[in-house]
Amino acid sequence: MSKPMTMTQKILAAHAGLPYVEAGQLIEADLDLVLGNDITSPVAITEMKKMKENSVFDKDKIALVMDHFAPNKDIKSAENCKCVREFACKHEISNYYDVGEMGIEHALLPEKGLTVAGDAVIGADSHTCTYGALGAFSTGVGSTDMAAGMVTGKAWFKVPSAIKFNITGKPSKWVSGKDVILHIIGMIGVDGALYKSMEFTGDGIKYLTMDDRFTIANMAIEAGGKNGIFPVDELTIEYMKEHSKRDYKIYEADEDAVYDEEYTIDLSELKSTVAFPHLPENTHTVDEIEEPVYIEQSVIGSCTNGRIDDLRIAAKVFEGRHVKKGVRCIVLPATQSIYLKAIEEGLIKTFIEAGAIVSTPTCGPCLGGHMGILASGEKCVSTTNRNFVGRMGAIDSEIYLASPAVAAASAVKGYICTPDSL
Amino acid sequence: MNAKGTAYKYGDNVDTDVIIPARYLAIQDREELATHCMEDIDKDFVNKISKGDIVVAGKNFGCGSSREHAPLVIKVSGVSCVIAETFARIFFRNAINIGLPIIECKEASEKIDDKDEVEIDFDSGIIYNRTKNEKYKGQPFPEFMQKIIKAEGLINYINEKSE
Repeated sequence: MSKPMTMTQKILAAHAGLPYVEAGQLIEADLDLVLGNDITSPVAITEMKKMKENSVFDKDKIALVMDHFAPNKDIKSAENCKCVREFACKHEISNYYDVGEMGIEHALLPEKGLTVAGDAVIGADSHTCTYGALGAFSTGVGSTDMAAGMVTGKAWFKVPSAIKFNITGKPSKWVSGKDVILHIIGMIGVDGALYKSMEFTGDGIKYLTMDDRFTIANMAIEAGGKNGIFPVDELTIEYMKEHSKRDYKIYEADEDAVYDEEYTIDLSELKSTVAFPHLPENTHTVDEIEEPVYIEQSVIGSCTNGRIDDLRIAAKVFEGRHVKKGVRCIVLPATQSIYLKAIEEGLIKTFIEAGAIVSTPTCGPCLGGHMGILASGEKCVSTTNRNFVGRMGAIDSEIYLASPAVAAASAVKGYICTPDSL
Repeated sequence: MNAKGTAYKYGDNVDTDVIIPARYLAIQDREELATHCMEDIDKDFVNKISKGDIVVAGKNFGCGSSREHAPLVIKVSGVSCVIAETFARIFFRNAINIGLPIIECKEASEKIDDKDEVEIDFDSGIIYNRTKNEKYKGQPFPEFMQKIIKAEGLINYINEKSE
């Protein structure tokens, strides 16, 4: 009789060539993709040069995306991108994405069809957990793991235990994936899923778009999770067929799989949620905010919320309205293809007419890189993923994490609010 | 293998953005990078740390980004070990992979005060507080991770394994 496993455990067992794995077990797993960006790859390349065997295991299974400080914000970041570009050229890396083709890595890779259900993926970027939305095991690592992964095609893992989130109900109009994940982080805390998988299941998932699911899986790391993972349904299959030529494999958690904890999230009860400074767990629903939180900036974009659904929602809010004088609103489509779609659908026109600016795809302001750094004392509502001290600029600036609907509505009013109050 | 030094204490959820702010991440020179270690949480950090000193923190140390620059600047600053109640998982991996000794111990995290003199025996996982004359039992690493730490990182470990 086989022992029960979670969805994550099944994917890890298959990639370790084992019939069964259990929580706590150390394994070595084969990788389907190794990812790096312009900040983490140069460090990995330096480490790789120290290895005796230093050729890449598979030039088609490495993705290098110049997105954080690109288009290059200064000479040092230009040198870093050059280092990665030369490496990609030397090793004939097929999935090297530079300015013109690049987008924010975690929006780009699924869009390019490089990750599909059943994969095991590591990326030298903490938000690599995003691809769990497709039913893949994917997790963030550091540059040394990336270097070892590029050479050996393998990584060591401690098999995680899991927390199960049973999603039920249908969300109300302005509630999106961002509100779901902020609600969860507020409930379990920034270390609530430390070292664990966050496995989402339940009838309510059918009401979550793929973009909602990407947002939710993306922020699993903000609860300390090793990965966040969704079951594969018709919507996932449709997405993969549209974007990828690769074969996918569907894994399902056993009915009697063991979970450390189980929570039920009724989507119909959720409200627009904001995480106050300086931790993503400091959540409040917008209707609970007593004193108005006036803002100087609104950022709509990032690997969390720069996808087409996010831009559509923001544009719907901006339609016929204008950004409040004194507020700077920055919209960053996450990839070139999303950008183009937004132009074709007229969303970019709406943003510009509303007084927002539209940037080329980049991680930019999310990590205080460029394209919207905050001065001391400034407040920003942002659809990004972290509101740590100094994350977006001055150490006494403040970031309020929210959905695209709230970020757009707040830009119009000048203080944090939902579209219902417009 | 032992570590010994003065403890400097921090709270819960010390994130990688305060350990090494992203505005410095384009810097490749590790010594230059380390001059900004812990800058946004403790401006005086780089001045007060002597070689061998120990960082003590609460829960979820190193949460946030995957930047390996975070454990690296702590190591390059001369810190011999980080003790915390828990570590964020990517920081945990990165510390082991680059050979920065870390140890999880709730009791030590609670009882060690700023500037206590502390010694750690990594083989047994025992942490001695010389100032308070106390000892705490930390979680020793599984054998596999000890091998990586002893090789001073994953790259050396893989190189040694291939010999």
